[in-house]
Amino acid sequence: MSGRPPPEAPARKKMIGERVPLIDGIEKVTGRANYTADFLTAGALVGRIYRSPHSHARIIRIDVEAARKLPGVVAVITGADCDKTFGILPIAQNEFPLARERVRYRGEPVAAVAARDEASAEAALRLIRMEVEGLPAYYEPAKARVLGAVDLHGDRPGNLERDVHNEFGDLAAGFAAADLVREDSFDCAEVTHVHMEPHAALAEYDAERDRITLHSVSQVPYYVHLMVAQCLGMDTARVRVIKPFIGGGFGARTETLNFEIIACLMARAAGGRVRFKLSREETFLTHRGRPRTQIKLKLGMARDGRLTACACEVVQAGGAYGGYGIVTILYAGALLNGLYDIPAVRYDGYRVYTNTPPCGAMRGHGTVDVRHAFECLLDVMAAELGVDAMALRRRNLLSAPTKTINDLMITSYGLPQCLDWAEQASGWRARKAGLPPGKGLGMACSHYVSGAAKPVHWTGEPHAVVNLKLDFDGGITILTGAADIGQGSSTILAQAVGEVLGIDLTRLSVVANDSRITPKDNGSYSSRVTFMVGNAAIQAAERLKDLLVAAAAKKLDAKPGDIECLGEMYRVAGGQDPGVSLNEVIKEALIDSGTITVKGTFTVPREFQGGKFRGAAVGSSMAYSYAACVAEVSVDADTGTVRVDKVWVAHDCGFALNPLSVEGQVQGAVWMGLGQALSEETCYHAGLPVGANMLDYRVPSIVESPDIEVKIVESMDPNGPFGAKEASEGALSSVIPAIANAVHAAVGARLTRTPMTPDRVLDALVKARRAAASGGLKRSA
Amino acid sequence: MAKEILQLTVNGQPREDAVAGNLLLIDYLREVVGLTGTKMGCDGGECGACTVLVDGRPRLSCLTLAASSAGRQVETIEGCARGGRMSHLQQAFHEKLGSQCGYCTPGMIMAAEGLVRRTPAPTQAQIRQALGGNICRCTGYVKIIESVEAAAAESAA
Ligand code: FES
Ligand code: FES
Repeated sequence: MSGRPPPEAPARKKMIGERVPLIDGIEKVTGRANYTADFLTAGALVGRIYRSPHSHARIIRIDVEAARKLPGVVAVITGADCDKTFGILPIAQNEFPLARERVRYRGEPVAAVAARDEASAEAALRLIRMEVEGLPAYYEPAKARVLGAVDLHGDRPGNLERDVHNEFGDLAAGFAAADLVREDSFDCAEVTHVHMEPHAALAEYDAERDRITLHSVSQVPYYVHLMVAQCLGMDTARVRVIKPFIGGGFGARTETLNFEIIACLMARAAGGRVRFKLSREETFLTHRGRPRTQIKLKLGMARDGRLTACACEVVQAGGAYGGYGIVTILYAGALLNGLYDIPAVRYDGYRVYTNTPPCGAMRGHGTVDVRHAFECLLDVMAAELGVDAMALRRRNLLSAPTKTINDLMITSYGLPQCLDWAEQASGWRARKAGLPPGKGLGMACSHYVSGAAKPVHWTGEPHAVVNLKLDFDGGITILTGAADIGQGSSTILAQAVGEVLGIDLTRLSVVANDSRITPKDNGSYSSRVTFMVGNAAIQAAERLKDLLVAAAAKKLDAKPGDIECLGEMYRVAGGQDPGVSLNEVIKEALIDSGTITVKGTFTVPREFQGGKFRGAAVGSSMAYSYAACVAEVSVDADTGTVRVDKVWVAHDCGFALNPLSVEGQVQGAVWMGLGQALSEETCYHAGLPVGANMLDYRVPSIVESPDIEVKIVESMDPNGPFGAKEASEGALSSVIPAIANAVHAAVGARLTRTPMTPDRVLDALVKARRAAASGGLKRSA
Repeated sequence: MAKEILQLTVNGQPREDAVAGNLLLIDYLREVVGLTGTKMGCDGGECGACTVLVDGRPRLSCLTLAASSAGRQVETIEGCARGGRMSHLQQAFHEKLGSQCGYCTPGMIMAAEGLVRRTPAPTQAQIRQALGGNICRCTGYVKIIESVEAAAAESAA
């Protein structure tokens, strides 16, 4: 472009890199946002679920006759009403919406009722009788795997859902080259999402047309759509799935959940509208959280702190059904790589069925507990070698672009900058050694994918599609199937489109998640939305811009190549003519064409979709986020209480499309990790969840939550939308080991179990004292 | 259960409704009045999502009988905006990202509203104390504290 713009030229709006509040934030703060339970549909029946009181049993008979006869009851359904299974992975769909033949965990849905009011529904549940023949139940992976144990699923002998054995590089040579080899075992408790909105579904059956409409709380409405059609035996064209506002997800809702299908089955059985509002306890039972994970980790290291080899064995107690299990156990191994440069890695993973509520994906899917173990062991070895923990990480950095030994493509890598900031901001060097007894600083690093490179269903379709609609009113509507679950994805898409077109939010609106209107999207999981849907949005906006530029060229009697887009104005570049307004350009563009719709798509290229070995797709991504975290803690050696005083976390998100949003996501992720580190743990007694409420399952309150200082590091990923990568998950797994390492720095105790509850801290302290005493004895002897 | 006439004020509007004696305030507000801004987040008394003001004080509407609010002033999130203008707290929660998924937000804002009416310039410790019963699973609370501080500063200005 030559010449200078005339002084009156309006500035092109800058939309990315700005602290833009959420596009749907006003609805949320005014109470106008409608969540699934907020649709006050007159005449909707009350749906309730009867759940198994048995952990593992063969069903002999389910008697629902008395319930059916109760006045006010409209329909009762059982497993007899659906003989199709569902599940997120096409290769592991082994769950019935309502149990058939067998129940495999306490709380598993067995029957459902629909009644005119709550009281009748309640009363009907109490009339249901279940006759069973008990089977041995297994709550621990070790017990489920003993010889002769009854298999939960006939096609999975030994209750082993999936075992993974991968070795990359020369492991033996790696350990032989090590100056220091250390091995330890870790045991991380099962945790669950506790999204603030309890599960809910509203299903409506149109009997005349044989169509079903479901409003649900899903992060993956498209997969729900498929499973509803499959289980109801209906053509997908007869199904409509709508996701209204949803109160968080964190992975709980990244697969179809039993109540969503039950609601649809029930609406059809009752011939109308049924509303299911699950209690908090039922929401806990629906679960799909992070499995209890037992880890054996062995690392080899040269004297200077360089890693030479890693061998890791992981056992996950997956619960009673497949769900995402295979993916979870693969993730745990895949992301041993991609953070540091390790020449040889061996991974043995075992996903085991147990008679507990099914686990699933939870923020940091599969990677969190293994990262915890890894970063804790690094801390131990750094201390033994006398190498500073920060320096140790610096000795093991990757240099991007690179391909890891398990074929992950690392295209941008801001970990060094993350380390630098975390070190400085926390005063690491000056303060580390000088803190008073009982106080400690600890650090750790982590990473995560920016979208799973291969979709769950391999349909050959693009991985993301965005439609834009421009009409006579001059408004631009962004149509997307990407599920905004509070992470702000709709806002990011609006910013991306606005940036390309140079306009602000006043002209833009987002319509999301109605399968009848919006394009299909795989959903909000694996931090894929900003990266994939963001790139699709950019392409759509560029296509729209091309049409507008062509229209402006026609209007101004110029060549399209000479047109400059200033957002609300279009003009001939370098000319003195002020140009034409966007409104005029739009009118011109609509001549002959009418309403304009354009589409943008995005597909992860094949070379990023992982290597050739079995399971290689899991862990592969087009970009990885990086984080470094320092936690400062105070430990009360008398009570064992750990208080986190402050967290510093640097997160490399490529480029912050919305720094306000990135900070919020990173703070939320780190805080969630903090809960897992200190207090969160699901508890069962003989398979019965004993703390399925928000008092026993302790998520941190505002009182004990520390300040979390976030530094955004921008490594400008070459393939990300405007350079962006994920921002919502990567930092989570660094804070748990950072806290564990800080506890050690504070009181000299190493904890290998999470959460680090007061009793475990006290145990570790006693052990540490004994070890010190016997070490002291040896020395004096 | 037999119904009785309940007279009270909701967001400044006097109302008269026939309600059962065991009806919870949250169900009255959501289902009888149609104000669904108040959220249910737990099975009773665990999360704070249902917080409303009764005579200016934060109350858990899931543990309060509608009948016990007879003759009282009940305020919900829907009553905070006046004449198309959001309250300082609403504005701050929006602009500072004190709300992500938004589910805890109505309860959080009502609890904060109760605080700033008693204590117009709260310290951080007072904010933590006042919101101690309100769980948020999205934000890590950092931006919630910033939002309340910003709103209090704005009100003082
Ligand atoms: S709904 Fe959770 S405390 Fe009232
Ligand atoms: S914003 Fe989601 S629970 Fe608070």
